[in-house]
Amino acid sequence: MTNHVEEAPLSTTAERQAVLGLPGQTPSEDWVIVTRDLKREYDMGGEIVRALRGVNIAVRRNEYVAIMGPSGSGKSTLMNLIGCLDTPNAGEYWLNGQLVSQMKDDDLARVRNKEIGFVFQTFNLLPRATALHNVELPLVYAGVSASERKERAFQALASVKLGDRVHHRPNELSGGQRQRVAIARALVNRPSILLADEPTGNLDSATSEEIMGVFESLASSGQTVIMVTHEPVIAAHARRVVVLRDGVIASDENKGKFASRMGF
Amino acid sequence: MPLFEAIRLALDTIRVQKLKSFFTALGVCIGVMFLIAVVSIVDGMGRYMEEDLVGKLIAVNSFELRHRPNINIGDVDDATWREYARRQRILDSDVEPVVEALPEGAKWSMYSDGQVQVEAEGSRPRRASVTAVDGDYFEIKRLDVTSGRLFTPGEMTTGASVVVIGPDLVKRLFPTVDPIGRQVKMAGKFYSIIGVGESLGSAFGMSFDNYVYAPFRSPIRRMLNFQSRAIDAVVVQMPTAEAIPSAQEAVRAVMRARHQLRPAQKDDFSLQTADSALAFWDKIKGYLVLAGVALPAFGLVVGAIVIMNIMLVAVAERTHEIGIRKALGAKRRDILIQFLIEASTLSTFGAAIGIAAGAGLAFVIREVSPMPTYVAPWSIGVGVLIGAGVGIVSGVYPASRASLLDPVAALRQE
Ligand SMILES: Nc1ncnc2c1ncn2[C@@H]1O[C@H](COP(=O)(O)OP(=O)(O)OP(=O)(O)O)[C@@H](O)[C@H]1O
Ligand SMILES: [Mg+2]
Repeated sequence: MTNHVEEAPLSTTAERQAVLGLPGQTPSEDWVIVTRDLKREYDMGGEIVRALRGVNIAVRRNEYVAIMGPSGSGKSTLMNLIGCLDTPNAGEYWLNGQLVSQMKDDDLARVRNKEIGFVFQTFNLLPRATALHNVELPLVYAGVSASERKERAFQALASVKLGDRVHHRPNELSGGQRQRVAIARALVNRPSILLADEPTGNLDSATSEEIMGVFESLASSGQTVIMVTHEPVIAAHARRVVVLRDGVIASDENKGKFASRMGF
Repeated sequence: MPLFEAIRLALDTIRVQKLKSFFTALGVCIGVMFLIAVVSIVDGMGRYMEEDLVGKLIAVNSFELRHRPNINIGDVDDATWREYARRQRILDSDVEPVVEALPEGAKWSMYSDGQVQVEAEGSRPRRASVTAVDGDYFEIKRLDVTSGRLFTPGEMTTGASVVVIGPDLVKRLFPTVDPIGRQVKMAGKFYSIIGVGESLGSAFGMSFDNYVYAPFRSPIRRMLNFQSRAIDAVVVQMPTAEAIPSAQEAVRAVMRARHQLRPAQKDDFSLQTADSALAFWDKIKGYLVLAGVALPAFGLVVGAIVIMNIMLVAVAERTHEIGIRKALGAKRRDILIQFLIEASTLSTFGAAIGIAAGAGLAFVIREVSPMPTYVAPWSIGVGVLIGAGVGIVSGVYPASRASLLDPVAALRQE
């Protein structure tokens, strides 16, 4: 495996500061993701819910990161920010050297389209569209020609071993197959990061293992992966585990440390 | 997203949501159908008025000198009527000076007409429109005979007791025999039939073929003008429309001099052109078009509201889909265009059906009623544009709501 795995964890404040840099400073090219004091609050009719209270995280290219934490700790909120589906109230988010936290709607849409592949717990496939058409969608919004789109969507489906299910609609597929369609869709635009928010949350354990296998092989082929999960067993697949608690990072460790502490 | 993709997407959605699409299209369809039908009625009547009716009453490139207009332009007030009543008649002695003043190339005819009882042996008497004519009347009106002949110059000068009758009168008075050479009796005097004239057609179910023509100087003239030297009109035809104003000026100068009008006084005679008769029609047409457009417009507004509601429901139902699309990189514009194209495709489709139905309705009206209808090509274009326009207008609000949805919130909704 690549040697950066050993460098990745940023356990001390000094190390972290060195990597994260100063506010306004463009991160070095090694870092796909850098967030500085990222905050997200929800105004619930006067009562402010502070979902993220200053998250600092840096993710290197090719890393495989699991995000864990109790329910309500802000995992999905953070994923939505990283996935450019949402914007922070304060703080900086740098993606591939671009200050995403300052971007407007259309630029965010472009970033979502080009840089990000998102896999959801509930698959989020278009129910009336075939697997092929679902996988084609990001390419449609990227303005790719119809013939190239078909070809690339087909390849993506074949890469998740669904080459024989391209014309099936979601309700004609099993849960695991649906999630594989969603993974194919997330990958079809060759994104710089693959995000997954509890991708196995709706699957039984056998199917979960199968989906984790897909992520595992993607990660080992060099795809940057960030995944939210509740299951320590599943987190064990990742090489780095970030634990959120009450909207802040409680720990950020490499697989070795995490696994030994969890007793794997 | 390219436009082509957006259209394909819209068609896909329409195909999947057949019933909803049907009702959306129906709203526009009905509005456009009535629009096309009403416009075709108004337009058909307009064409009829312009090309047929007025052409029959007033020949092309011609004007008529009368003591007062016989086709009145809209509402004439009492004062005008009283002024008309005081006017002196045009006299047969006016004709010669007027004709002498006409420019080169002018054709002219003096005539008088009225309703007179016509009798023939072996059938019941009938009232007919009788016209005593002189000069180039038949040439100006482009009227010829289908059998027999027209008057000779000799018959015109001497005022022979001969007549040319219309096809309707032939049917009524001589249903079984050839009328040529037979006699009709008008006001106690006999006239020989020398010709049967062509059909002048009909308007709104009223035939123009119930006519009799006689030479101006024949005895019938006394039945038409009780003032013995008065005539009804002098019709003047010019080779081109451009020549009409100068000819009118020449006639006006002669008549003003003969009536000894001072420069400040208004004309006490009328120089009536087809245009002035049409001005009346134009005025009615204004109201007809207004009513004809207001009604379908109301229908279209209702259609637009229906579409808007259906689209709003569609946006609400498809919030999750919009969330997915946005998560995958759809820009606001993409979502906006998707919904707009869906709305306008449906309404254009509805409009197309509405046009076909409206044209069909126009055809049925023409066949079963005396109303002449005509589906103008422009109204089809306008129908399509209106259809698309209604779709876009009523789609804008729902579409912009869809495009502004927050992706996270939209994804959370199932
Ligand atoms: N749209 C929202 N409006 C108000 N509060 C919200 C909203 N989204 C999240 N929150 C709140 O923010 C906090 C973090 O929520 P988040 O969904 O990020 O948690 P999570 O770690 O993903 O939890 P889970 O493991 O249950 O998915 C929670 O307290 C939640 O109630
Ligand atoms: Mg969550």
